[in-house]
Amino acid sequence: MNDLIRDSLDHCVKCTICETHCPVSQVTPLFPGPKYVGPQAERYRGAGPSSDASVDYCSGCGICTQVCPQDVKIAEINSRARAKLWEKRGVPLRNQMIARPTVIGRLGTPVAPLANWALHNRAVRGMVQSMIGIHRDAPMPSFAGKTFQRRSRSHHGPTDAPAVVYFHGCGTNYYEPVLGEMMVAVLEHNGFRVIVPQQDCCGLPLQSNGNFPAARTYVRRLVDRLVPHARAGLPIVSNSTSCGLMLKREAHEILGIEDEDLKLVSESMYDVCEFLLRLHERGALRTDFGSLPLTVPYHAPCQQRGHGIGKPALDLLALVPDLDMIELDVDCCGIAGTYGLKKEKYEIAMAVGKRLFDDITATGSDLAACDSETCRWQIAHGTGVTAVHPIELLYRAYGLGASDPAGKHGTRPLAAVAAGPGTSERDTGSHD
Amino acid sequence: MSSLEADVLVIGGGSTGAGVARDAALRGFSTILVERRDLADGTTGRFHGLLHSGGRYAVKDPSAARECIAENRILRVTAADCVEDTGGLFVSTPWDDPEYGDQFLEGCRATDVPAEEIPVAEALRREPRVNPDIRRAFLVPDAALDPWKLVWGCARSAEAHGARILPYHRVLDLEMDGERVVGAHVRSERSGEEFGIHATVVINAAGAWAGQIADLAHCTVNVRAGMGLMIAMNHRLVHMCVNRCKRPSDGDILLPLRTACVIGTTDVFVPDPDQTEIRQEDIDLLLDEGEKLVPGFRQARALHAWAGVRPLFEDTAKVAETRDVTRSHALLDHSSREGVAGFLTITGGKTTTFRLMAEAAVDAACEQLGGPRPCRTAEVPLAGSESHELYQISHRLAAREPVPQAEEIICECELITRSRLEEAIKQRDTTSLDDIRRLLRLAMGPCQGGFCIYRATGILHQGGQVDQAGANQTLLDFLEERWKGVHPILHGDQLRQARLDDWIFQGILDVEHLPV
Ligand SMILES: Cc1cc2nc3c(=O)[nH]c(=O)nc-3n(C[C@H](O)[C@H](O)[C@H](O)COP(=O)(O)OP(=O)(O)OC[C@H]3O[C@@H](n4cnc5c(N)ncnc54)[C@H](O)[C@@H]3O)c2cc1C
Repeated sequence: MNDLIRDSLDHCVKCTICETHCPVSQVTPLFPGPKYVGPQAERYRGAGPSSDASVDYCSGCGICTQVCPQDVKIAEINSRARAKLWEKRGVPLRNQMIARPTVIGRLGTPVAPLANWALHNRAVRGMVQSMIGIHRDAPMPSFAGKTFQRRSRSHHGPTDAPAVVYFHGCGTNYYEPVLGEMMVAVLEHNGFRVIVPQQDCCGLPLQSNGNFPAARTYVRRLVDRLVPHARAGLPIVSNSTSCGLMLKREAHEILGIEDEDLKLVSESMYDVCEFLLRLHERGALRTDFGSLPLTVPYHAPCQQRGHGIGKPALDLLALVPDLDMIELDVDCCGIAGTYGLKKEKYEIAMAVGKRLFDDITATGSDLAACDSETCRWQIAHGTGVTAVHPIELLYRAYGLGASDPAGKHGTRPLAAVAAGPGTSERDTGSHD
Repeated sequence: MSSLEADVLVIGGGSTGAGVARDAALRGFSTILVERRDLADGTTGRFHGLLHSGGRYAVKDPSAARECIAENRILRVTAADCVEDTGGLFVSTPWDDPEYGDQFLEGCRATDVPAEEIPVAEALRREPRVNPDIRRAFLVPDAALDPWKLVWGCARSAEAHGARILPYHRVLDLEMDGERVVGAHVRSERSGEEFGIHATVVINAAGAWAGQIADLAHCTVNVRAGMGLMIAMNHRLVHMCVNRCKRPSDGDILLPLRTACVIGTTDVFVPDPDQTEIRQEDIDLLLDEGEKLVPGFRQARALHAWAGVRPLFEDTAKVAETRDVTRSHALLDHSSREGVAGFLTITGGKTTTFRLMAEAAVDAACEQLGGPRPCRTAEVPLAGSESHELYQISHRLAAREPVPQAEEIICECELITRSRLEEAIKQRDTTSLDDIRRLLRLAMGPCQGGFCIYRATGILHQGGQVDQAGANQTLLDFLEERWKGVHPILHGDQLRQARLDDWIFQGILDVEHLPV
């Protein structure tokens, strides 16, 4: 498998199309560009570790692979080279930490107020920057306190409807549980019963921080959790574009996992907008949308494009009366998962995102939509506007928030637009 | 230049000649080397690239095996910059008799070639692409050898000890004084100027052309030219020099050489060493043999094919198969053979044993130069290898760190920067891009010059080396030369590349109508 990635370098005709699309090499001389670190440098990598530390400046956005007309697996080559680099040097503590959102989530959640204070305190962040290397200004989400997993235990949905399985990912669980509740509400509104299996990190941050062995462990564990449902023929939906992509493709293509269970899970995996659009194509999506008189710029994140499914969010939101979505034509917001958090890369990530930020600001809207969580945080950080998942707009258009007691959710990202769904305070579960 | 004088005149600038010039210069003889083309543009620059451990000859030719391992050990130290310590692997594929492995081990033991049998699983772990059906595997200290670095390293060393190295100087005739060779009449192939070089001893190191040189002194040297074909593949499919464990034959070695890997070779007698034609059937044979070693080989991207001619010395009557002629070298003192004094021929052998050959030749020359002087080439490092640091494939990549965009790269495949190229042009004082290619590996990567050659031509012109017409001619010459090696292997990915290159050169640059 790994050889297929390397072998794809044979297809490179040096046309340079990837270089003209790379958002990183355009803003920093430290990154030599995807053609250079990919098909070119790979020829210089022997049996031993690679000696080109600059490959670490690849953000892993994956645009190069997407635009390559010759089917060279450029981003995948880079990803593996990065892993080899860290194999030699040892993954630094900082990368170990930010690559384990479950661990951070578990640590932060019980002490959310304190953790959130620290995360947004300049003095603390200054210390964190110098000691650990996470940039003091990098966008950090707030811990929600009560995780989505916990909240979902006390939610009682329909029992006899057809089921979908919800893979929510760590962002939803620890930082945006309300988005998870909106997901459930939208799916239930469309006649589904939503199963929320216990789940941990998919391993993607570990992979992009070069720790392949640990990433493989995580992904296998997650697959074990999901595979019984896949075997039962249930669709699995996700609102996290990057974690969904991990299960759909990257665990196999980059980590090289050859595994029937993973294959089953991959085949059952849908991005939530992809899933809903398919419903619509079958005439099975409810279209009882109310008017949403808003103009909202939409950014399709790099990872979302890696799914190869077009921009289903835009197709769905086009069904909503009076909602005017502006499709932005910028490749990358810069954050690339954990890339833009790092001290030495923060400025690069902000420079990459600048065009996107400018375009969003130019629309005059105080709201933007984007499928990926880290990109939303980066957009909010770079523009000051509220950035929401497309599901949140659908949720609102369905009028699902209307009956909820107002003000229940202090962390409501779309507070200006909609009130959040209710969550019972009863908690039966001892999970988590 | 009216005439030059030297103790020793060396004819031929391959590994043998360069080694002889260096050895003679280190011993304090005034030395001149002439080569009709560029250094290492004969067989040496077209060889396969293996620094033999001796394993290949352990069964069939024990003395050659012994020489190889001894020289292998020396060159790792004295020519470190030319050697990559890849290691070697001998494997018994399903087409090979596994019992040969016993003979092989026994031969290695008897010739002091370190060989160790390892489990097949271990071999496959090290070389995951190698045919999983191999039945036995043996490790030997084979290595990869860069011919241009080697020859230029020798030349620079020789120059540092006072020698004159004259590429593009062809020997037209030998000057005789009765039964004694006293020098040569040479022509500069660049300026057309002709002049004489007087020398006490003339050493004929003209490889497969040694017979032609000997003829000029009415001596007889029977070298047959055994043509061998090689194909370079786009990237390393193996990390070690992988040999079939069987009696040496065609297409049985696949070795990593710099960023490529090279399959070879064949062995066909050719009447004229300057006439080497690449035959389709030989290409097919190599690709088929490659497929046996590495399944999927035929789908991998081939970059370039080339042929070299072995100087196979044949002292006796006819031999049918050229591979059966000895690979050990021949030192001929023409005073004892034909009564012609002041004239030695050193030919045959291999690049691996070039130093030993040079030592033997200069030892013999000493006898005609006033007595023995000790040879120092086994200890003194070559120019460029003083640090004893072995070459590693990642060197050029590492050199671009920490700010890889800091400098413009002209040849992207081989990571050659503008300043490195300008420096080389100045150093070589040449207008030929092929000379630069041999020095820097310009245009030897996947695009075969598609993207760098017009850039390099521009830089050559900018530097004032050539006028406009000259630059155009340089470009055309280079393209024509490259094409010879590219067209025989065109298929798949390389065909696509060739189409793109063609659009650039025909479509954008309209090279066929350049004013020259
Ligand atoms: C296909 C093949 C694969 C090989 N693989 C290996 C290998 O893996 N490992 C190994 O150790 N050996 C290998 N060899 C053997 C090795 O390449 C040769 O033995 C070695 O290169 C010979 O070097 P040389 O200097 O004697 O000859 P050359 O390199 O041919 O040098 C002779 C020079 O004389 C010059 N000359 C000719 N006529 C004149 C003239 N009139 N005036 C001036 N100069 C003249 C020529 O231009 C030429 O450059 C291989 C050989 C072949 C053919």
